[in-house]
Amino acid sequence: MAATRACGAAANTSENIMSLKKALSVASPLTLRIVAECPVTKARACDLILPHSAVSTPVFMPVGTQGTLKGITVDQLDALGCQICLGNTYHLGMRPGPDLIEKANGLHGFMNWKRNLLTDSGGFQMVSLVELSEITEEGVKFKSPYDGKEILLTPEKSISIQNSLGSDIMMQLDDVVSSTVTGPRVEEAMHRSIRWLDRCISANKNPEKQNLFAIIQGGLNTELRKACLDEMTQRDVPGFAIGGLSGGEEKDDFWRMVTLSTDHLPREKPRYLMGVGYAVDLVVCVALGCDMFDCVFPTRTARFGSALVPWGSLQIKNKQYAKDFEPIDSDCQCPTCKRHSRAYLHALFKSDSAAMHHVTIHNIAYQLNLMCSVRQSIVEGCFPEFIRTFMKRMFPSRDQYPGWAVDALASVNITLE
Amino acid sequence: MAGCRMKLELSRVALGKGRLGVLKGLGKTGQLSLEVPGCLLHTHLGTVPHLTQDTLSTLSTLPSVTQITLSNIAEHQEVLEEFKDGFRKFAGLHDTVLYCALHDPATPCPTGHTTNKTVSVWGSGGRIELTVAKFMALQKAVKPDWYQSMADGETWQINTSHKRVRKSVDRSLAHLDECLLVHQKSQELEGVEVFGVVEGGDILEERVRSAKETAKRPVSGFCLDGLQTGSMDQALRTQLISAVTKELPEDKPSFPLSVRLLQGVGRPDEVLASVEAGVDLFEGFFPFQVTERGCALIFNFNISSNPELAGRAPPAVLEPGEDQETAGDSQHNGDLNPDDQTQMTSFEINLKDKRYQGDFRPLVEGCGCYCCRNHQRAYLHHLLVTNELLAGVLLMIHNTAHYHAFFSALRDALAEDTLDLLKRRVLGQTERKD
Repeated sequence: MAATRACGAAANTSENIMSLKKALSVASPLTLRIVAECPVTKARACDLILPHSAVSTPVFMPVGTQGTLKGITVDQLDALGCQICLGNTYHLGMRPGPDLIEKANGLHGFMNWKRNLLTDSGGFQMVSLVELSEITEEGVKFKSPYDGKEILLTPEKSISIQNSLGSDIMMQLDDVVSSTVTGPRVEEAMHRSIRWLDRCISANKNPEKQNLFAIIQGGLNTELRKACLDEMTQRDVPGFAIGGLSGGEEKDDFWRMVTLSTDHLPREKPRYLMGVGYAVDLVVCVALGCDMFDCVFPTRTARFGSALVPWGSLQIKNKQYAKDFEPIDSDCQCPTCKRHSRAYLHALFKSDSAAMHHVTIHNIAYQLNLMCSVRQSIVEGCFPEFIRTFMKRMFPSRDQYPGWAVDALASVNITLE
Repeated sequence: MAGCRMKLELSRVALGKGRLGVLKGLGKTGQLSLEVPGCLLHTHLGTVPHLTQDTLSTLSTLPSVTQITLSNIAEHQEVLEEFKDGFRKFAGLHDTVLYCALHDPATPCPTGHTTNKTVSVWGSGGRIELTVAKFMALQKAVKPDWYQSMADGETWQINTSHKRVRKSVDRSLAHLDECLLVHQKSQELEGVEVFGVVEGGDILEERVRSAKETAKRPVSGFCLDGLQTGSMDQALRTQLISAVTKELPEDKPSFPLSVRLLQGVGRPDEVLASVEAGVDLFEGFFPFQVTERGCALIFNFNISSNPELAGRAPPAVLEPGEDQETAGDSQHNGDLNPDDQTQMTSFEINLKDKRYQGDFRPLVEGCGCYCCRNHQRAYLHHLLVTNELLAGVLLMIHNTAHYHAFFSALRDALAEDTLDLLKRRVLGQTERKD
């Protein structure tokens, strides 16, 4: 199996991990070491030490919703250099259920994944998937789509399930409001999310093994975001997520909320921007000071035949690739690009699901390699130059640069020529 | 065929007890070989279903011959012609012998589209009609090591008339002659082996006539067509195969010994009986069918007399209570159902079944495949009930490993003269249902 793991190798030596683990057992299950900070932007490169292994940040975390990354084996994921991936509490809590996963030695044992796992709270799926959900102070009430039974997901219940899953990072249950909603509901959700954070903190049975992250809410309202940041940063949580974004809001609002959040989050704790995964968004938000990202997009789009490349994407099922005997990206070192041509993948999409797996592998490799290059440039002190080169490659001309990205980068002293 | 390097060396031939040997001199350099009785690697367009090269290479022993089918390939003719370097390179395959067959054995194709001059294959875009000219143009673009001659195999349905069967034999011989004519004039196909197709439905004299006539032509191997699972019972199949193999060249210095490939048969019980009737090669589609119905092969083929070995790594151990349940399963599902090849057999367990929900054992205790070394039945059950793509990947790995290990055990049994013991072990699992 071809290892495309390139960066973070030093932090990954078993010796290092061993000594770090010893240090961790007496302190907290998370250590953040800032390796380098960009002198121009807010970007930083860190070693995030978690119970199962070290993670080099900035990091993109692939999503394995139901205890599997669509069609990819854990060995393949490991060989791609993935150090942390996601599982969804809502789905896993439904099937196979927390009791069974606990019997299998947690989600790590159940799916046989040796590295780190992050689980969400389950709240987001409830709002996005379940039409009839009702939010009260106690929790989120909804009807199970599997058996129609009424279920109440409380902060305590969410943490209890996540304790059973045994993830390295758990997310608090938050009161999720669509980012396009305005008015008093946003404020109510923000305050409730703070109260629920406190309930989650006290419900965590494994604080010495499992890290609980707070989620900053407050919609697109500067005052509310600021208030939420003030309150939540007073809690002793190992990390923070920026929530309530990536839900269809204007990109101009999006980046302003991101940069506001990183301005007020403590330097020594990791910052996780939820639901972000487009290459441009990743690069810009790293510049705004975020460390961790997740998104289903790269793996979902792969199954529809969309392969990510430094100049955008290729729709491999399009007829134009039927006789294109080049690999997806001739500079890519992933197992797919080393063996197969666009033409073969184009043909295989008509015959077998392995075509999806090939593109999934490539897209994960693309995301992970992008973040490796970003990190390397931060460490080498040339992140601003990296951004300029990246944007030039991604867009055919300067006038096609998205305005929000230009503005966001300008806010951290990057001017694009 | 003059100048061909492929050579079948038999180390054991016992009448009515099968042939054991090695097919040597395969591949572009002649370095590859394939043990017989054996089975080919079943693929969709050169890809083992669900598997990428990474996952495929976790399998320690794979057959050196990969089967591809024109039903997948025909629609890409123009692409391959432009590519010029043949299908092997197009599909990113390296060290493998490429065998190009007409139809996909796991996908029955509609009947009623065969004419005197054409046969049809069904690809993703529908029916593609092949004349001998088009068929041979495809072979030139594919550049396989072996290919099955064009043939009319539409005789597998019950109640096919004698007249229709006779026509299929005549047409297939005519197609073969035309194919050979083009073949011999094509420089691109130099060194490529042609397999003649023996037809004849369920009519003994037509089978014999087809075999006799095909054997007169310069072919390197014989495909036994129209005998697939679902078309007849094994007793009739055995009788027809035995009659056919009697007509095929045995061992004449003037004429190389040729290999016999049985199409469309993959069930372990049918494989055993067909090997005894003289079959050398099978198409490897059975593990794929098992995978597609969410099942795992668990049948026991371990007849090792070494108790230490047997105790440490039995291929399929079931707990006493479960044994009962599996037997119950097979009572319900194990019978041959001519109408439905998707039916579960008694050689497998259905992992969607609720009883595997909390079963933390590997699919087969002691199995060395990637799936069994890393995952438990409970996880496979979860992947299946949640329709996750990894279920197909892991099941395909295990089922392929298990099936090929069965063939290895079959060869060992022939070598050690313990085939009866193996049959009892494998069939015992089906007999329990009675």
